[in-house]
Amino acid sequence: MASLFRNTTTRYGWIAILLHWLIAVLFIGQVALGLVMVRIASQRTAFELIQWHKSFGFLLLGLVLVRIGWRLGNVRPALPETVAPLERRAAPLVHALLYAAQLVVPLSGWALVSVSVLEVPSVPFDLFVMPNLPLGASDAAEAFWSAAHEWLAWIGIALAALHILAALRHRFLLRDSVFQRMIAPSSGDEPRE
Amino acid sequence: MSVRMLALLAALSLPVSTASADVSLGDAAGRYSIGAGGSSIRFSIAKLGGGGLSGAFGRFSGTIRIDGTDVGRSSVEITIFPDSVGTGQGRIDAFLRSDAVFDSANAPQIVFRSTRVKRTGDTTAVIAGRLTARGKSSPEVFTARLDSLKRGTVAFHVTGKVLRSRYGMDVGTPIYSNVVDFDMTLIGRRG
Repeated sequence: MASLFRNTTTRYGWIAILLHWLIAVLFIGQVALGLVMVRIASQRTAFELIQWHKSFGFLLLGLVLVRIGWRLGNVRPALPETVAPLERRAAPLVHALLYAAQLVVPLSGWALVSVSVLEVPSVPFDLFVMPNLPLGASDAAEAFWSAAHEWLAWIGIALAALHILAALRHRFLLRDSVFQRMIAPSSGDEPRE
Repeated sequence: MSVRMLALLAALSLPVSTASADVSLGDAAGRYSIGAGGSSIRFSIAKLGGGGLSGAFGRFSGTIRIDGTDVGRSSVEITIFPDSVGTGQGRIDAFLRSDAVFDSANAPQIVFRSTRVKRTGDTTAVIAGRLTARGKSSPEVFTARLDSLKRGTVAFHVTGKVLRSRYGMDVGTPIYSNVVDFDMTLIGRRG
């Protein structure tokens, strides 16, 4: 049963599945929170939402680091035989870009709060003080990282949208196992070993 | 005119050094107007991880009445205009003026009125009173020290700690401390 936690050559294990969905939900939530917090009229609510965004951002970054570690230490299930050659080449590229986005979007947010001249400390979930990245604070640096964080987030959203559309295509049009194997480890083509 | 009277007149009219031993609350009897000239009302709020947020109010006014025979019957009243807050960072100032903190558009004045003055030394007193901000009143205590007294001008150094949560200004806690440290130099001119 313990083997259900790890990946095999034909399916994802529970850890990979859990990390995938946790990060997916957090990422979508962070996008929504980020869009609302900079548009809301109440400065008080905006301040509080920004602190939540920072807290969830650090949680997201931590989970992404665990996920990358898990990915490097596990085998990858192969794509089903039915997947076309072009998609077989495109999928790893989009996945690599998605991993890059998962890493650089929260990191750029951390850089932004580190260089902000407002010098608001980062205290994830009011638990501990997260140190700033060693970057000099200035108005110019804040403007740069603010733009970088926003653009990287939009790129991440575009990649995630592409990824979701591809997943839905596998689920509803191709009807292969690609979507299902990210739902649970024991769906369908579990090998008898 | 007795020698003692002469000495008292000299004490009231002659320049006195800032050394506290040379000035006394009892000698400062009278009514004084606090003006922004030379006075300052500074504040600081500690933040987690070290450092803090500090600033000052640019506009305020007030009155100090010192009872010569019984310092305990003295009183002080100060009105601060929070719109004049300055921290050196415009975005922080705008945040402090907004409804997140002072809501200065709807609550343009912060008022302190003393209710009790207790002399604690030759030049020192503890001032208890009511602070009103954003429609909420709460008792507060400040410590005052008479720093100089000359030609109808008194200079007080006043310090005190205020819990901002009592006035609906607890935004940012616990990242920013609930305790606001006040450090004021109040120059009063007789009249």
